[in-house]
Amino acid sequence: MKLIFGRPAGLTDVKQRYCPGCGHGIVHRLVAELLVELNIRERAVGIAPVGCSVFADEYFNCDMIQPPHGRGPAVATGIKRARPDCILFSYQGDGDLAAIGTAETVHAAARNENITLIFINNAIYGMTGGQLAPTTLPGMRSTTSVQGRDIVKQGYPIKVCELLAGLDGPYYLVRCAVNTPKNIIRTKKALKTAFQNQINNKGFSLVEILSMCPTGWGMTPVQAKKWIGEVMSKYYPLGEFRNLAKEEK
Amino acid sequence: MPEVKILEEICKGCGLCCDGVCPVDILILSPDRINSSGYHPAMVTDMKKCIGCGYCYITCPEPAIEVYK
Ligand SMILES: Cc1ncc(C[n+]2csc(CCOP(=O)(O)OP(=O)(O)O)c2C)c(N)n1
Ligand code: SF4
Ligand code: SF4
Ligand code: SF4
Ligand SMILES: [Mg+2]
Repeated sequence: MKLIFGRPAGLTDVKQRYCPGCGHGIVHRLVAELLVELNIRERAVGIAPVGCSVFADEYFNCDMIQPPHGRGPAVATGIKRARPDCILFSYQGDGDLAAIGTAETVHAAARNENITLIFINNAIYGMTGGQLAPTTLPGMRSTTSVQGRDIVKQGYPIKVCELLAGLDGPYYLVRCAVNTPKNIIRTKKALKTAFQNQINNKGFSLVEILSMCPTGWGMTPVQAKKWIGEVMSKYYPLGEFRNLAKEEK
Repeated sequence: MPEVKILEEICKGCGLCCDGVCPVDILILSPDRINSSGYHPAMVTDMKKCIGCGYCYITCPEPAIEVYK
């Protein structure tokens, strides 16, 4: 019998420390599969964020760097410009990419920097204990919005794809989710496009992924995946927000 | 005939693969087995029905599932 689905060589053997049902693991696996399928593992450099995936440098079987909170796109820019042969991916949570690292994200997009951003939107600060993130939905409870996010006191969420689509710079902006097999397959396709854009020197790609955080949301993993389908993806609609490849045709 | 192997020590018993993912509905969390981390791992109830689609693997965050054909 032949193995047709199993742990990809793009992952190390280290057991991941995520909670049961956490979406980070699914996205790690998709990226790891693509490192092998696109034959870029030897020249890939991943940037691990600060957040639950801070240990991503132990999980991906490629060169990795773990810079300070939110600085992924700046570090990726530096490496890409010094070593254009490398394939850079910056893996970031919503606190990392859309709070402390907003400036780095926006400017890398505006410059159409030739890098790939993988943005895990779980609407919460997972690692530090479920605090309100820039992406927390209106009315959603967190440990710092116990009555639910109040838009008068805490403002509106940041929709990152929509925000960046207001810039001329970025080449590819897409929002996906990992709540169903169909959406996971679509997420992999989007990540593949994002890596291919970089290989073809097209510029900035960002793949936003709605991802379960059962612990931070106070839900079971199954409730969490359903919540993405029924609530979260209504506020954060899935689909492409920019794809300049289509305009080039 | 396809075969699914659950890596019991890696499984975290999240149940994502057991909830409407398998088209022939043969995955459940084991009611009596428990791994060294304290999780009830997933198990296959009727291997003969498996069609080898890989949806269980695609859904698993660990991944604690292997599919053979
Ligand atoms: C400079 C700095 N400020 C704050 C923190 C505390 N901190 C650690 S992780 C984190 C946010 C994590 O949330 P997110 O990026 O959404 O990742 P998740 O854990 O949800 O995947 C914060 C604020 C820090 N480590 N360093
Ligand atoms: S706190 Fe949330 S994001 Fe962090 S590992 Fe647990 S489920 Fe995943
Ligand atoms: S491979 Fe498909 S049919 Fe077989 S157990 Fe997994 S999901 Fe079910
Ligand atoms: S999805 Fe993976 S970790 Fe979760 S119960 Fe199934 S086999 Fe175990
Ligand atoms: Mg987060």
